[in-house]
Amino acid sequence: MKNEPYTSRIRRHTPPSPTKKNCLFAFLIGGGICFAGQWLLYLYEALGATRDDASTLVTVTLIFLSALLTGIGVYDRIARVAGAGTLVPVTGFANAVVSPAIDTKQEGFILGVGAKIFTVAGPVILYGVLCGAVYGVLYSVILWFV
Amino acid sequence: MRQRIRYLSSPPSFVSFAAVGGREEGQGPLGPCFDHLDPSDRFGQTSWERAEGEMGRIALNFALKKASLSPQQLSVLFAGDLQNQCVASSGGLYSFGIPYIGLYGACSTCTEGLLSLSVWLSEQADRQDVMGAAVTTSHNCAAERQFRQPIEYGGQRPPSAQWTATAAGAFILGSREGDVRITEVCPGKIVDGEISDATNMGAAMAPAAVDTLLTYMQQSGRAPSSFDAIVTGDLGAVGTSLLQEMLLEEGIDVRQNHLDCGNLLFDSERQDVHSGGSGCGCSASVLATHILPALMRAEMKDVLFLSTGALMSTSSVQQGEHIFGIAPLIRIQRF
Repeated sequence: MKNEPYTSRIRRHTPPSPTKKNCLFAFLIGGGICFAGQWLLYLYEALGATRDDASTLVTVTLIFLSALLTGIGVYDRIARVAGAGTLVPVTGFANAVVSPAIDTKQEGFILGVGAKIFTVAGPVILYGVLCGAVYGVLYSVILWFV
Repeated sequence: MRQRIRYLSSPPSFVSFAAVGGREEGQGPLGPCFDHLDPSDRFGQTSWERAEGEMGRIALNFALKKASLSPQQLSVLFAGDLQNQCVASSGGLYSFGIPYIGLYGACSTCTEGLLSLSVWLSEQADRQDVMGAAVTTSHNCAAERQFRQPIEYGGQRPPSAQWTATAAGAFILGSREGDVRITEVCPGKIVDGEISDATNMGAAMAPAAVDTLLTYMQQSGRAPSSFDAIVTGDLGAVGTSLLQEMLLEEGIDVRQNHLDCGNLLFDSERQDVHSGGSGCGCSASVLATHILPALMRAEMKDVLFLSTGALMSTSSVQQGEHIFGIAPLIRIQRF
Protein backbone atom coordinates (compact mmCIF):
# COMPACT_ATOMS: atom_id res chain seq x y z
CA MET A 1 0.00 0.00 0.00
CA LYS A 2 3.10 2.19 0.12
CA ASN A 3 2.43 3.71 -3.31
CA GLU A 4 -1.22 4.36 -2.64
CA PRO A 5 -2.19 7.95 -3.56
CA TYR A 6 -2.50 10.05 -0.42
CA THR A 7 -6.06 11.13 -1.25
CA SER A 8 -7.31 7.55 -1.35
CA ARG A 9 -5.42 6.79 1.85
CA ILE A 10 -7.17 9.70 3.54
CA ARG A 11 -10.53 8.45 2.34
CA ARG A 12 -9.79 5.10 3.97
CA HIS A 13 -8.92 6.70 7.31
CA THR A 14 -11.63 9.38 7.46
CA PRO A 15 -14.90 8.20 8.95
CA PRO A 16 -17.88 9.09 6.74
CA SER A 17 -20.55 11.49 7.97
CA PRO A 18 -23.37 9.58 9.66
CA THR A 19 -25.75 10.28 6.75
CA LYS A 20 -28.65 8.09 7.91
CA LYS A 21 -28.65 9.60 11.40
CA ASN A 22 -28.28 13.13 10.00
CA CYS A 23 -31.19 12.60 7.59
CA LEU A 24 -33.41 11.22 10.34
CA PHE A 25 -32.74 14.15 12.69
CA ALA A 26 -33.06 16.67 9.84
CA PHE A 27 -36.44 15.14 8.98
CA LEU A 28 -37.68 15.05 12.57
CA ILE A 29 -36.49 18.51 13.65
CA GLY A 30 -37.06 20.24 10.29
CA GLY A 31 -40.45 18.58 10.07
CA GLY A 32 -41.15 19.62 13.65
CA ILE A 33 -40.42 23.27 12.79
CA CYS A 34 -42.80 23.09 9.80
CA PHE A 35 -45.39 21.34 11.95
CA ALA A 36 -45.15 24.14 14.52
CA GLY A 37 -45.40 26.68 11.69
CA GLN A 38 -48.59 25.06 10.44
CA TRP A 39 -50.17 25.20 13.91
CA LEU A 40 -49.08 28.83 14.27
CA LEU A 41 -50.87 29.52 10.98
CA TYR A 42 -54.09 27.95 12.34
CA LEU A 43 -53.66 29.93 15.57
CA TYR A 44 -53.26 33.29 13.79
CA GLU A 45 -56.22 32.49 11.55
CA ALA A 46 -58.31 31.59 14.58
CA LEU A 47 -57.31 34.94 16.08
CA GLY A 48 -58.83 36.65 13.05
CA ALA A 49 -55.94 37.13 10.61
CA THR A 50 -56.48 36.48 6.90
CA ARG A 51 -54.59 33.56 5.31
CA ASP A 52 -51.98 35.95 3.80
CA ASP A 53 -51.47 37.89 7.02
CA ALA A 54 -51.33 34.70 9.06
CA SER A 55 -48.58 33.21 6.89
CA THR A 56 -46.56 36.43 7.16
CA LEU A 57 -47.02 36.31 10.93
CA VAL A 58 -45.80 32.70 11.00
CA THR A 59 -42.62 33.70 9.13
CA VAL A 60 -42.06 36.63 11.46
CA THR A 61 -42.59 34.43 14.52
CA LEU A 62 -40.17 31.74 13.33
CA ILE A 63 -37.54 34.34 12.42
CA PHE A 64 -37.95 35.99 15.82
CA LEU A 65 -37.64 32.69 17.68
CA SER A 66 -34.57 31.59 15.77
CA ALA A 67 -32.93 35.02 16.25
CA LEU A 68 -33.71 34.78 19.97
CA LEU A 69 -32.32 31.24 20.23
CA THR A 70 -29.22 32.35 18.32
CA GLY A 71 -28.77 35.28 20.69
CA ILE A 72 -28.93 33.14 23.81
CA GLY A 73 -26.57 30.59 22.32
CA VAL A 74 -28.99 27.69 21.95
CA TYR A 75 -29.55 27.62 18.19
CA ASP A 76 -26.13 26.29 17.21
CA ARG A 77 -26.51 23.44 19.68
CA ILE A 78 -29.82 22.41 18.12
CA ALA A 79 -28.36 22.81 14.62
CA ARG A 80 -25.42 20.56 15.47
CA VAL A 81 -27.94 17.70 15.74
CA ALA A 82 -30.57 18.90 13.28
CA GLY A 83 -28.25 19.90 10.38
CA ALA A 84 -30.36 20.59 7.30
CA GLY A 85 -33.45 20.40 9.51
CA THR A 86 -32.71 23.84 10.95
CA LEU A 87 -30.82 25.12 7.89
CA VAL A 88 -33.52 24.75 5.25
CA PRO A 89 -36.53 26.45 6.91
CA VAL A 90 -36.54 30.25 7.31
CA THR A 91 -34.95 29.68 10.74
CA GLY A 92 -31.60 28.85 9.10
CA PHE A 93 -31.60 32.14 7.25
CA ALA A 94 -32.36 34.11 10.42
CA ASN A 95 -29.49 32.35 12.20
CA ALA A 96 -27.15 33.06 9.27
CA VAL A 97 -27.85 36.79 9.60
CA VAL A 98 -28.00 37.11 13.38
CA SER A 99 -24.87 35.08 14.19
CA PRO A 100 -22.41 37.32 12.27
CA ALA A 101 -24.18 40.37 13.69
CA ILE A 102 -23.48 39.15 17.24
CA ASP A 103 -19.98 38.11 16.29
CA THR A 104 -18.87 41.40 14.77
CA LYS A 105 -20.32 43.76 17.37
CA GLN A 106 -16.80 44.18 18.78
CA GLU A 107 -15.61 45.75 15.52
CA GLY A 108 -18.28 48.47 15.75
CA PHE A 109 -21.63 49.09 14.11
CA ILE A 110 -20.25 50.32 10.78
CA LEU A 111 -17.19 48.19 9.95
CA GLY A 112 -18.36 45.31 12.14
CA VAL A 113 -22.09 44.62 12.11
CA GLY A 114 -22.86 46.85 9.11
CA ALA A 115 -20.18 45.46 6.85
CA LYS A 116 -20.21 41.84 7.95
CA ILE A 117 -23.83 41.01 8.78
CA PHE A 118 -24.32 39.28 5.41
CA THR A 119 -21.05 37.34 5.31
CA VAL A 120 -22.95 34.05 5.57
CA ALA A 121 -26.31 34.98 4.04
CA GLY A 122 -24.89 37.37 1.41
CA PRO A 123 -24.39 34.78 -1.35
CA VAL A 124 -27.96 33.51 -0.86
CA ILE A 125 -29.34 37.05 -1.08
CA LEU A 126 -27.24 38.02 -4.11
CA TYR A 127 -27.83 34.92 -6.17
CA GLY A 128 -31.44 34.59 -4.99
CA VAL A 129 -32.23 38.09 -6.26
CA LEU A 130 -30.23 37.48 -9.42
CA CYS A 131 -32.06 34.22 -10.16
CA GLY A 132 -35.37 35.98 -9.47
CA ALA A 133 -34.52 38.69 -11.99
CA VAL A 134 -33.42 36.18 -14.65
CA TYR A 135 -36.49 34.05 -14.08
CA GLY A 136 -38.72 37.16 -14.28
CA VAL A 137 -37.25 38.13 -17.67
CA LEU A 138 -37.61 34.57 -19.01
CA TYR A 139 -41.16 34.36 -17.72
CA SER A 140 -42.19 37.63 -19.42
CA VAL A 141 -40.58 36.46 -22.68
CA ILE A 142 -42.47 33.18 -22.48
CA LEU A 143 -45.72 35.06 -21.85
CA TRP A 144 -45.28 36.87 -25.20
CA PHE A 145 -45.47 33.57 -27.07
CA VAL A 146 -48.38 31.96 -25.23
CA MET B 1 22.81 13.82 3.88
CA ARG B 2 21.91 17.16 5.45
CA GLN B 3 22.08 16.94 9.23
CA ARG B 4 18.74 18.04 10.62
CA ILE B 5 19.06 17.12 14.27
CA ARG B 6 20.89 19.56 16.47
CA TYR B 7 22.39 18.07 19.64
CA LEU B 8 22.45 20.80 22.26
CA SER B 9 25.86 20.91 23.88
CA SER B 10 24.50 22.45 27.08
CA PRO B 11 20.89 21.31 27.24
CA PRO B 12 18.65 23.87 28.93
CA SER B 13 16.27 22.63 31.62
CA PHE B 14 12.65 23.28 32.47
CA VAL B 15 12.44 25.66 35.42
CA SER B 16 8.69 26.02 35.55
CA PHE B 17 5.58 25.66 33.42
CA ALA B 18 1.85 26.35 33.60
CA ALA B 19 -1.32 25.76 31.62
CA VAL B 20 -4.57 27.68 31.31
CA GLY B 21 -7.77 26.35 29.74
CA GLY B 22 -11.40 27.04 29.01
CA ARG B 23 -14.68 25.19 29.55
CA GLU B 24 -14.20 22.18 27.26
CA GLU B 25 -10.61 21.71 28.43
CA GLY B 26 -11.79 21.77 32.05
CA GLN B 27 -14.32 19.06 31.29
CA GLY B 28 -11.71 16.95 29.50
CA PRO B 29 -9.58 14.19 31.04
CA LEU B 30 -6.75 16.64 31.86
CA GLY B 31 -9.08 19.22 33.44
CA PRO B 32 -7.82 18.79 37.03
CA CYS B 33 -4.20 19.30 35.92
CA PHE B 34 -4.67 22.87 34.64
CA ASP B 35 -3.41 25.77 36.75
CA HIS B 36 -6.32 27.97 35.83
CA LEU B 37 -9.67 27.29 34.14
CA ASP B 38 -12.38 29.71 33.11
CA PRO B 39 -15.69 27.96 32.34
CA SER B 40 -16.92 31.13 30.59
CA ASP B 41 -13.96 31.10 28.15
CA ARG B 42 -13.90 34.91 28.60
CA PHE B 43 -11.05 35.30 31.11
CA GLY B 44 -12.63 38.57 32.23
CA GLN B 45 -12.25 40.18 28.81
CA THR B 46 -14.74 41.86 26.47
CA SER B 47 -13.65 40.08 23.28
CA TRP B 48 -12.45 36.57 22.43
CA GLU B 49 -9.28 38.03 20.93
CA ARG B 50 -8.43 39.81 24.18
CA ALA B 51 -9.32 36.63 26.08
CA GLU B 52 -6.66 34.74 24.12
CA GLY B 53 -4.03 37.33 25.04
CA GLU B 54 -5.13 37.24 28.66
CA MET B 55 -4.72 33.46 28.74
CA GLY B 56 -1.08 33.85 27.76
CA ARG B 57 -0.60 36.47 30.45
CA ILE B 58 -2.21 34.30 33.14
CA ALA B 59 -0.17 31.25 32.07
CA LEU B 60 3.16 33.08 32.18
CA ASN B 61 2.20 34.64 35.51
CA PHE B 62 1.56 31.20 36.98
CA ALA B 63 4.84 29.87 35.61
CA LEU B 64 6.72 32.83 37.11
CA LYS B 65 4.97 32.46 40.48
CA LYS B 66 5.63 28.73 40.72
CA ALA B 67 9.37 29.39 40.47
CA SER B 68 9.23 32.62 42.51
CA LEU B 69 10.65 34.56 39.59
CA SER B 70 10.05 38.09 38.41
CA PRO B 71 9.71 39.01 34.70
CA GLN B 72 12.98 40.96 34.95
CA GLN B 73 14.83 37.68 35.42
CA LEU B 74 13.81 36.43 31.97
CA SER B 75 16.09 37.44 29.12
CA VAL B 76 13.86 36.50 26.23
CA LEU B 77 10.30 35.51 25.42
CA PHE B 78 9.31 33.45 22.38
CA ALA B 79 5.56 33.47 21.86
CA GLY B 80 2.91 32.85 19.26
CA ASP B 81 -0.80 32.27 18.81
CA LEU B 82 -3.39 31.70 16.12
CA GLN B 83 -4.55 35.24 15.48
CA ASN B 84 -3.60 37.36 12.48
CA GLN B 85 -0.19 38.95 13.03
CA CYS B 86 0.00 37.17 16.44
CA VAL B 87 -1.72 40.05 18.22
CA ALA B 88 -2.80 37.86 21.14
CA SER B 89 0.83 37.35 22.15
CA SER B 90 1.90 40.96 21.72
CA GLY B 91 -1.24 42.31 23.44
CA GLY B 92 -1.28 39.78 26.25
CA LEU B 93 2.42 39.70 27.04
CA TYR B 94 3.58 43.29 26.54
CA SER B 95 3.05 44.17 30.22
CA PHE B 96 5.85 41.80 31.29
CA GLY B 97 8.44 43.93 29.50
CA ILE B 98 10.48 40.88 28.47
CA PRO B 99 12.40 41.10 25.15
CA TYR B 100 10.02 39.37 22.78
CA ILE B 101 10.28 37.38 19.59
CA GLY B 102 6.91 36.63 17.96
CA LEU B 103 6.44 33.28 16.28
CA TYR B 104 4.02 31.84 13.80
CA GLY B 105 3.93 28.12 13.24
CA ALA B 106 0.17 27.54 13.26
CA CYS B 107 -0.44 24.63 15.65
CA SER B 108 3.29 23.84 15.77
CA THR B 109 4.07 27.06 17.64
CA CYS B 110 4.64 25.39 21.01
CA THR B 111 7.49 23.23 19.75
CA GLU B 112 8.76 26.07 17.53
CA GLY B 113 9.00 28.27 20.64
CA LEU B 114 10.70 25.64 22.79
CA LEU B 115 13.08 24.78 19.96
CA SER B 116 14.07 28.42 19.46
CA LEU B 117 14.36 29.08 23.17
CA SER B 118 16.44 25.99 23.91
CA VAL B 119 18.91 26.79 21.10
CA TRP B 120 19.08 30.39 22.34
CA LEU B 121 19.80 29.26 25.92
CA SER B 122 22.22 26.55 24.89
CA GLU B 123 24.37 29.18 23.18
CA GLN B 124 24.64 31.08 26.47
CA ALA B 125 25.39 28.25 28.80
CA ASP B 126 28.72 29.73 29.91
CA ARG B 127 26.75 32.35 31.81
CA GLN B 128 24.91 31.04 34.83
CA ASP B 129 21.19 31.47 35.31
CA VAL B 130 20.11 32.75 31.96
CA MET B 131 16.40 32.14 31.67
CA GLY B 132 13.75 32.64 29.03
CA ALA B 133 10.15 31.73 28.38
CA ALA B 134 8.04 30.27 25.59
CA VAL B 135 4.30 30.97 25.58
CA THR B 136 1.65 29.61 23.22
CA THR B 137 -2.07 30.34 23.12
CA SER B 138 -5.12 29.50 21.06
CA HIS B 139 -8.78 30.34 21.66
CA ASN B 140 -11.61 28.37 20.10
CA CYS B 141 -13.91 31.35 19.59
CA ALA B 142 -11.21 33.66 18.20
CA ALA B 143 -10.14 30.91 15.79
CA GLU B 144 -13.71 30.06 14.75
CA ARG B 145 -14.34 33.73 14.01
CA GLN B 146 -11.15 34.10 12.04
CA PHE B 147 -11.01 30.83 10.12
CA ARG B 148 -14.52 29.39 10.00
CA GLN B 149 -18.05 30.58 10.78
CA PRO B 150 -19.55 33.00 13.31
CA ILE B 151 -19.63 31.33 16.71
CA GLU B 152 -23.43 31.11 16.99
CA TYR B 153 -23.86 29.93 13.40
CA GLY B 154 -25.70 26.61 13.34
CA GLY B 155 -24.01 24.05 11.16
CA GLN B 156 -22.79 20.47 11.16
CA ARG B 157 -19.12 19.62 10.97
CA PRO B 158 -17.76 16.48 9.31
CA PRO B 159 -16.30 13.75 11.55
CA SER B 160 -12.77 14.66 10.41
CA ALA B 161 -13.06 18.24 11.75
CA GLN B 162 -11.19 19.11 14.94
CA TRP B 163 -11.92 21.39 17.87
CA THR B 164 -9.54 24.32 18.41
CA ALA B 165 -8.50 24.25 22.04
CA THR B 166 -9.04 27.26 24.28
CA ALA B 167 -5.75 26.77 26.03
CA ALA B 168 -2.39 28.29 26.76
CA GLY B 169 0.93 26.92 27.92
CA ALA B 170 3.86 28.85 29.36
CA PHE B 171 7.30 27.33 29.85
CA ILE B 172 10.31 28.85 31.58
CA LEU B 173 13.65 27.31 30.69
CA GLY B 174 17.05 28.04 32.16
CA SER B 175 20.62 27.38 31.13
CA ARG B 176 21.39 26.01 34.59
CA GLU B 177 21.35 22.23 34.98
CA GLY B 178 18.03 20.69 35.97
CA ASP B 179 16.21 17.38 36.00
CA VAL B 180 14.23 17.72 32.79
CA ARG B 181 16.06 19.05 29.76
CA ILE B 182 15.68 19.61 26.06
CA THR B 183 18.63 17.76 24.61
CA GLU B 184 17.99 17.64 20.88
CA VAL B 185 16.00 19.68 18.41
CA CYS B 186 15.01 18.98 14.84
CA PRO B 187 13.21 21.65 12.78
CA GLY B 188 10.35 20.59 10.53
CA LYS B 189 10.23 20.77 6.77
CA ILE B 190 7.29 22.34 4.92
CA VAL B 191 5.48 19.31 3.55
CA ASP B 192 2.75 19.40 0.93
CA GLY B 193 0.23 16.59 1.36
CA GLU B 194 -1.83 18.14 -1.46
CA ILE B 195 -4.77 18.69 0.85
CA SER B 196 -7.01 21.70 0.46
CA ASP B 197 -9.83 20.56 2.75
CA ALA B 198 -9.71 22.77 5.86
CA THR B 199 -11.97 20.34 7.73
CA ASN B 200 -9.34 17.60 7.61
CA MET B 201 -6.29 19.16 9.23
CA GLY B 202 -5.05 15.86 10.63
CA ALA B 203 -4.60 14.59 7.08
CA ALA B 204 -2.82 17.79 6.07
CA MET B 205 -0.34 17.57 8.96
CA ALA B 206 0.33 13.81 9.14
CA PRO B 207 2.84 13.76 6.21
CA ALA B 208 4.92 16.46 7.94
CA ALA B 209 5.04 14.43 11.16
CA VAL B 210 6.02 11.35 9.15
CA ASP B 211 8.82 13.30 7.45
CA THR B 212 10.24 14.61 10.73
CA LEU B 213 10.02 11.28 12.56
CA LEU B 214 11.54 9.32 9.67
CA THR B 215 14.41 11.78 9.42
CA TYR B 216 14.92 11.77 13.16
CA MET B 217 14.98 7.96 13.44
CA GLN B 218 17.33 7.65 10.46
CA GLN B 219 19.78 10.33 11.56
CA SER B 220 19.79 9.51 15.27
CA GLY B 221 19.90 5.77 14.68
CA ARG B 222 17.40 5.21 17.46
CA ALA B 223 14.30 3.03 17.41
CA PRO B 224 10.87 4.29 18.48
CA SER B 225 10.89 1.77 21.32
CA SER B 226 13.79 3.58 23.01
CA PHE B 227 11.44 6.42 23.92
CA ASP B 228 8.81 6.39 26.65
CA ALA B 229 6.52 8.37 24.40
CA ILE B 230 6.46 9.92 20.95
CA VAL B 231 4.03 12.79 21.31
CA THR B 232 2.48 14.54 18.32
CA GLY B 233 0.64 17.85 18.59
CA ASP B 234 -2.84 17.73 17.16
CA LEU B 235 -3.22 15.08 14.49
CA GLY B 236 -6.49 13.94 16.04
CA ALA B 237 -8.03 10.53 15.37
CA VAL B 238 -7.76 10.70 11.57
CA GLY B 239 -4.20 12.07 11.50
CA THR B 240 -3.09 9.57 14.15
CA SER B 241 -4.19 6.54 12.17
CA LEU B 242 -2.65 8.01 8.99
CA LEU B 243 0.67 8.67 10.77
CA GLN B 244 0.88 5.23 12.33
CA GLU B 245 0.10 3.49 9.04
CA MET B 246 2.54 5.53 6.97
CA LEU B 247 5.35 5.05 9.49
CA LEU B 248 4.65 1.33 9.68
CA GLU B 249 5.07 1.07 5.91
CA GLU B 250 8.50 2.65 6.34
CA GLY B 251 9.34 0.01 8.94
CA ILE B 252 8.84 2.22 11.97
CA ASP B 253 6.28 1.02 14.48
CA VAL B 254 5.16 3.75 16.86
CA ARG B 255 1.83 2.20 17.81
CA GLN B 256 3.02 1.19 21.27
CA ASN B 257 4.17 4.57 22.52
CA HIS B 258 2.64 7.17 20.24
CA LEU B 259 0.42 9.75 21.95
CA ASP B 260 -1.40 12.62 20.30
CA CYS B 261 -2.25 15.74 22.29
CA GLY B 262 -5.44 16.18 20.24
CA ASN B 263 -6.65 12.81 21.53
CA LEU B 264 -5.47 13.43 25.11
CA LEU B 265 -6.97 16.86 25.75
CA PHE B 266 -10.58 15.87 25.15
CA ASP B 267 -12.68 12.76 25.60
CA SER B 268 -14.11 12.36 22.11
CA GLU B 269 -16.73 9.89 23.36
CA ARG B 270 -18.17 12.42 25.79
CA GLN B 271 -17.25 15.75 24.20
CA ASP B 272 -18.41 16.97 20.79
CA VAL B 273 -14.93 17.48 19.35
CA HIS B 274 -15.17 15.06 16.39
CA SER B 275 -11.62 14.04 15.42
CA GLY B 276 -10.04 15.60 18.54
CA GLY B 277 -8.41 18.80 19.73
CA SER B 278 -6.30 21.18 17.66
CA GLY B 279 -4.82 24.65 17.86
CA CYS B 280 -1.41 25.57 19.16
CA GLY B 281 -2.74 25.71 22.74
CA CYS B 282 -3.58 22.01 22.45
CA SER B 283 -0.04 20.65 22.40
CA ALA B 284 1.17 23.44 24.73
CA SER B 285 -1.39 22.65 27.42
CA VAL B 286 -1.01 18.88 27.13
CA LEU B 287 2.77 19.25 27.47
CA ALA B 288 2.30 21.36 30.61
CA THR B 289 -0.49 19.30 32.19
CA HIS B 290 0.45 15.76 31.24
CA ILE B 291 3.84 15.17 29.61
CA LEU B 292 6.11 17.41 31.72
CA PRO B 293 4.49 16.41 35.05
CA ALA B 294 5.12 12.77 34.08
CA LEU B 295 8.77 13.60 33.35
CA MET B 296 9.06 15.50 36.65
CA ARG B 297 7.65 12.51 38.55
CA ALA B 298 10.08 10.26 36.65
CA GLU B 299 7.21 8.26 35.16
CA MET B 300 8.74 9.09 31.79
CA LYS B 301 12.40 9.65 31.06
CA ASP B 302 12.77 10.19 27.36
CA VAL B 303 10.15 11.82 25.17
CA LEU B 304 10.00 13.02 21.58
CA PHE B 305 7.63 15.95 21.30
CA LEU B 306 6.54 17.29 17.95
CA SER B 307 3.73 19.77 17.51
CA THR B 308 2.13 19.65 14.11
CA GLY B 309 1.08 22.77 12.23
CA ALA B 310 -1.19 23.36 9.24
CA LEU B 311 0.19 26.36 7.40
CA MET B 312 -2.68 28.21 5.79
CA SER B 313 -4.76 31.35 5.90
CA THR B 314 -8.43 32.02 5.19
CA SER B 315 -7.50 33.49 1.80
CA SER B 316 -5.21 30.63 0.82
CA VAL B 317 -7.90 28.06 1.65
CA GLN B 318 -10.61 29.98 -0.21
CA GLN B 319 -8.32 30.26 -3.21
CA GLY B 320 -7.94 26.49 -3.20
CA GLU B 321 -4.25 26.47 -2.25
CA HIS B 322 -2.80 23.42 -0.56
CA ILE B 323 -2.55 23.35 3.21
CA PHE B 324 1.10 22.73 4.03
CA GLY B 325 2.11 20.82 7.11
CA ILE B 326 5.08 21.26 9.43
CA ALA B 327 6.29 19.32 12.45
CA PRO B 328 9.31 20.55 14.43
CA LEU B 329 10.62 18.13 17.05
CA ILE B 330 12.32 18.37 20.42
CA ARG B 331 13.66 15.60 22.58
CA ILE B 332 12.96 16.02 26.28
CA GLN B 333 14.94 13.88 28.69
CA ARG B 334 14.98 13.42 32.43
CA PHE B 335 18.38 13.10 34.06
